[in-house]
Amino acid sequence: MTEAISADGIRKRYGDVQAVDGVSLSVASGEFYGILGPNGAGKTTTLEILEGIREPDEGRVELLGLSPWPRNSALLPRIGVQFQASAFFVKLTARETIRTFASFYGVGPKRADAMLERVGLTDSAGVQTEKMSGGQAQRLSIACAIVHDPELLFLDEPTTGLDPQARRNLWDLLRDINAEGRTVVLTTHYLDEAEVLCDRVSVMDHGKVLKTGTPAALVREIDDTVRVSVESGQLGPGRAHELFAAAGAEITGLEDDGATLSLSTRLPAPVLSVLAEQNALRGLEVRGATLEDVFLQLTGREYRA
Amino acid sequence: MSTTSTPVRRQTPAAEPADTERVSAFAGLTRVMLLGFVRDRGALFFVLLMPLMFLLLFGALFKSAGAPHVKVAEIGQVRVLDDIQGEGRAQLEKVLTISRSEDEGAAMEKLRKGDLDGVITQGADGTVNLRFSATDQVKAGSVQSIVNSVVQGANQAASGKAPAFTMVSTQVEDESLKPIQYLTPGLLGWAIATGAVYGASFTLVSWRKKRVLRRLRLAPVSPGVVVGARVAVSLVVALAQTAIFLTVATLPFFGLQLTGDWWLVVPLVLCATVAFMSIGLVTGAAAKSEEAANGINQMIILPMSFLGGAFFPLDGAPGWLQTVSRFLPLRYLVTSAQSVLSRGGGVLDILPAMGGLLVFTAVMCAIAWRFFNWDDA
Repeated sequence: MTEAISADGIRKRYGDVQAVDGVSLSVASGEFYGILGPNGAGKTTTLEILEGIREPDEGRVELLGLSPWPRNSALLPRIGVQFQASAFFVKLTARETIRTFASFYGVGPKRADAMLERVGLTDSAGVQTEKMSGGQAQRLSIACAIVHDPELLFLDEPTTGLDPQARRNLWDLLRDINAEGRTVVLTTHYLDEAEVLCDRVSVMDHGKVLKTGTPAALVREIDDTVRVSVESGQLGPGRAHELFAAAGAEITGLEDDGATLSLSTRLPAPVLSVLAEQNALRGLEVRGATLEDVFLQLTGREYRA
Repeated sequence: MSTTSTPVRRQTPAAEPADTERVSAFAGLTRVMLLGFVRDRGALFFVLLMPLMFLLLFGALFKSAGAPHVKVAEIGQVRVLDDIQGEGRAQLEKVLTISRSEDEGAAMEKLRKGDLDGVITQGADGTVNLRFSATDQVKAGSVQSIVNSVVQGANQAASGKAPAFTMVSTQVEDESLKPIQYLTPGLLGWAIATGAVYGASFTLVSWRKKRVLRRLRLAPVSPGVVVGARVAVSLVVALAQTAIFLTVATLPFFGLQLTGDWWLVVPLVLCATVAFMSIGLVTGAAAKSEEAANGINQMIILPMSFLGGAFFPLDGAPGWLQTVSRFLPLRYLVTSAQSVLSRGGGVLDILPAMGGLLVFTAVMCAIAWRFFNWDDA
């Protein structure tokens, strides 16, 4: 598979802070790639170096086989970049904004209007960007980033500050954009977003990539405990301990908060069979490890969004 | 929503000829900046409406200030004044308002307060006493010469001979500045300076702050196109200001008479606009926020307007101030515009000023270039 992005050993220092400390990654053409990490992990700086806005102190970057630094006008029409929602011209409506961005790439107003329709903003085309909701502004921002039909799209925390409904709408849009064959790279500090959208993710902290892989593989790799929970009141905690011990089920944690009886184990089968024997399966939920657990294990700290 | 997993590869628009892209990006940016300006009521007010209001106000205020009009009180009978009747009286009252009073003390009090410019009495021996206040030297001079000429006229008439010498006086137009002649270029200069400095600096600050600059950097648009669009928009705004100001000033009410090569004001305004824009580029590159840019711009524009002669003529200003004003681009716009608009100046009169403005622009652009940053971080 051809590589859309290849970066090798990039470093960037601001004063005393080593923002990016030797990041290497490669993104395949058509891949949906996530850079995951808490605020201050260095993911935005990494993204800016990939986009060609910043020059790395060290290291090599190639996008679609070309170097993004210094400003490379042969490359620019082939990439799309979405910034925070506020990167619009003042006092312009949504339609005027996207037509202006289209004009930079020699794209006509018809295609610009079609992009507006594509992101569901036709009804708000006459609204000034300052008066748009967060979700609308993000959609417009993405429409502006893909109006010239780029092969490679960068998104910097596209769903930050959106309500759950708007986030889900945006996820659908991003999946469609990726399904058209575009390579998409996004940074996020939402783990669920990375899990739902990305083919592969890199977990970053302190300017370094800690781990890269598919979300499923990362989760499997940490071999964490399984959490089982049922409705409270079907089985007393004391009696449960007794029964699990008798059945040889190893329990690493058990808790009853009055609403839910939850327990953790590495061997869910005997636990589930005990619960079934006791006819205590009302409200049963079994949950494996998530990226959150991966993050916790990799960085040794709670995830701070 | 159904999605296909077949990758769709469309031809990228980069295949189009580069020339159409350029033109189109230029048009897009020009439109953005014009719309941003026209929709910003605050900008419209400061750049167009407020200077125009000043022109209307000052123009109307100073309209009657051409000839000094003096007020005198006549105490008791003053024959030299009372003898002038008919046509002569009407002529006299154009420059002199005479009020009669019997109370000399009250009249003197008014004179001291400045309500009167002179108090005239006549003694029994025919001596005409004029007492005046020297507070306003122009009026003091006027009242003396008017009363003197009245007395001389009366003497000459009393002698019964034809006058041996007569003076014929003719006012020469355009030698001294009439208020509208310095108000129009002055206030126009102030308006253009405000528009161009703010236009350049706010575009820079707000685009950098909102990351539009960064976005532009990632689009295949050359910096020349962006700068060119901004310059074009500022020039259009400055020419619109000029057209509106000249239209208002030449109304019969204000009575500005355009002379000779007045159209030379157009190239002059264009040169001055880029000079002001270069100031805005420096403040826009240095300021971190719109508020800071606003403060710095005002600190530059207002003193420059006063010292550059936008609000009053500098002819009577002290030497050091004249020297300072020679470093201000506004001065060259104001004096050269005065020259070509209504004092019959030609190309040769304004060429040095235009050259100076362009040199100033080059220097400021070089400074702005050193301070320039694509984004805040």
